[in-house]
Amino acid sequence: MSDALRIELGRRYRFSAAHRLHSPQLSEEENCRVFGKCNNPHGHGHNYVVEVSMSGDVDPATGMIANLADLDAFVERQVLEEFDHKSLNDDVPAFREKVPTTENLCIEIYQRLKSFSQGEARAHPRPGDWKQ
Amino acid sequence: MVLLTRKIEFAASHLYHNPNLSAEENRRIFGKCNNPHGHGHNYTLEVTVEGEPDPVTGMVLDLKELKEILEREIMQRMDHRHLNYEVAELAGKIPTCENIAQVIWQLLEPKITQGRLHRVRLYESPDLFADCFRNGAGAAGKS
Repeated sequence: MSDALRIELGRRYRFSAAHRLHSPQLSEEENCRVFGKCNNPHGHGHNYVVEVSMSGDVDPATGMIANLADLDAFVERQVLEEFDHKSLNDDVPAFREKVPTTENLCIEIYQRLKSFSQGEARAHPRPGDWKQ
Repeated sequence: MVLLTRKIEFAASHLYHNPNLSAEENRRIFGKCNNPHGHGHNYTLEVTVEGEPDPVTGMVLDLKELKEILEREIMQRMDHRHLNYEVAELAGKIPTCENIAQVIWQLLEPKITQGRLHRVRLYESPDLFADCFRNGAGAAGKS
């Protein structure tokens, strides 16, 4: 591969989950003001899209930065099995303390995926750009 | 600086097979992409050019010219072709998204004379794509 060029592999995954934005450090009024209808007490749901970006050298033997089947299996195990059709607040330990905003979800997913390594590949997840 | 992106689609067949590996290794690494008679995709290519809009035309580059470059360099070369057998630039390479994106960069970069090629993004499906940047540019910064 040319030294002057850099290649990244992008892969998108989808999951659906419920959440509620509520901070115990804020009053009822403040929660309502800050989070609006996302603070409704019984929660609501979204279809999330996680975009994972892998950088590294393209292996000349395989033409790949990372083996897709291995990456898919890792993301399935680390993220999708834990998040899909779950309540983020109730079913994911990290969000018992933290508000499950897209920002915090992004950090949590990055933490779960960063240990995936194959050669020099590194994960740069960019999740949840779209919530529906 | 403004980034201008043009999108085209082409359809092509390919298969993944490395003749230096055993049949078992090829199957293990490449899975169903190793099926001997190949398979196909509808590829979507996004070409992004960077530059300053010309004060007279308001354009980073002439879109008609970019369209002609993409037709000549990419469509005629790859559309409705078998990437393993019919694209000389991919000879000896596994035609993965990563390798095709890099070949497309190398084909387009010298042809774009107004503005500068910024990114090539090639989608093999809506959920799988490769990005090719000049080293030091791009979303993740210099690696």
